[in-house]
Amino acid sequence: MTVLLLIGTAKGLFVARSDEHRKSWEIGPVQFPMTGVYSVGVDPRGATPRLLAGVTSSHYGPTVAVSDDLGETWREPERAPIAFPADTETSLERVWQLTPGPAGQPGRIYAGVEPSALFVSDDGGESFELVRALWDHPHRPNWGAGFGGQAIHTVLPHPEDPNRVLVAMSTGGVYRTADGGASWTASNTGVKAYFFPDPYPEFGQCVHKVAGHPARPEQFFLQNHHGVYRSDDAGGTWQSIAEGLPTDFGFTMVAHPHRPGVVYTFPIEADGRRFPPDLKCRVFRSDDAGASWTPLSDGLPEGPFFPSVLRDAMCVDTAEPAGVYFGSRSGEVFASADEGQSWQQVAAHLPDVLCVRAAVV
Amino acid sequence: MITILVPGALRADAGGEGRLQLENADATTLGDVLDTVASRWPLLHRRIRDDQGQIRRYVNVFVDGEDCRHAGGLGTPVRDGTEVQVIPSVAGG
Repeated sequence: MTVLLLIGTAKGLFVARSDEHRKSWEIGPVQFPMTGVYSVGVDPRGATPRLLAGVTSSHYGPTVAVSDDLGETWREPERAPIAFPADTETSLERVWQLTPGPAGQPGRIYAGVEPSALFVSDDGGESFELVRALWDHPHRPNWGAGFGGQAIHTVLPHPEDPNRVLVAMSTGGVYRTADGGASWTASNTGVKAYFFPDPYPEFGQCVHKVAGHPARPEQFFLQNHHGVYRSDDAGGTWQSIAEGLPTDFGFTMVAHPHRPGVVYTFPIEADGRRFPPDLKCRVFRSDDAGASWTPLSDGLPEGPFFPSVLRDAMCVDTAEPAGVYFGSRSGEVFASADEGQSWQQVAAHLPDVLCVRAAVV
Repeated sequence: MITILVPGALRADAGGEGRLQLENADATTLGDVLDTVASRWPLLHRRIRDDQGQIRRYVNVFVDGEDCRHAGGLGTPVRDGTEVQVIPSVAGG
């Protein structure tokens, strides 16, 4: 067994490789140097997993590249894989999320992008089309931009029903479709937006990340711009699960690959103080769907730790026991081969880590 | 003939060439030249222009030595013998 860890940074992509022990890692050379790799994806549905990367050059713009040899080489189509149609009078800024569709839709890849829009590919990520109904949603003119830009950063297709997809954006909140993308409904009931006069609006929340487990498709977990929530009705309503955490701010939310109801996050102190609580480098895991949380720090840095972990800079692999990974804005990457009980450093001194994804091959 | 000078970072997108030549080009504006680039070197073209055909913010295009942003933009006139030079702007950290 080989485990690949894709590390997207502010100045390029790194591919780390390890064996089933996930103790010793070999870091490959920087790929796409001097580009921001905001999204990486792993499509496990083919004989060899296809890797995808959303790459943005500050000079030459964004693109999507794919690799069919586990990250040794990458290619991109000559024509822009993602481009806004002329009538939108809009141009793609960044690709924030690349998510494979369900098993029943081979070739389906979703892309969440900036400015907030959803694109869909049915050829494995070679070419995408704009999902018009979401772009034309009457709420769209009122969606705002967070500090990182205005983007759809989360796409969660239903594992079995191809008509159902949940997306989340900053700012704007959660939207769902149940008819294959023909119509979309805001789904933020119970999620707070403290920065509005009405703190519980229909939409406009600054949702940072949503995660769920395919075996329990009605349950989602949400890290908000202050607030941590769970939904047990597929996103229809949300209840706070922040009580057992040191703070309710943060960016990450990751579901365990095998055990529904087990989730990981990396709390940040507050919007106005974006350091880990007590300056401690700790991951928190809930084994009971958010009713309680356990800090995990064995092997993580012990001294004062200032960096944040960004919304896509935490992930799991599908091995048994599951691996958990995160990267910091200070360019450190950590791995746990035992579901978070103990950690070790995979890499240090990389550029700011923007995203990580793992593949077991 | 119109000549396009390609910066080092983009030569892989131009078949490895640093100098592209459009012979028998009937282009009258910079936009026409870039439209020809789009058809012959589409990967290079999308490094220079965005989805809506605008020149990217941190890419500078000079027409016979003049920054097109201070000339006529995409409407900057070209003629036989014109040299179009693509230069990335000074940006980044």
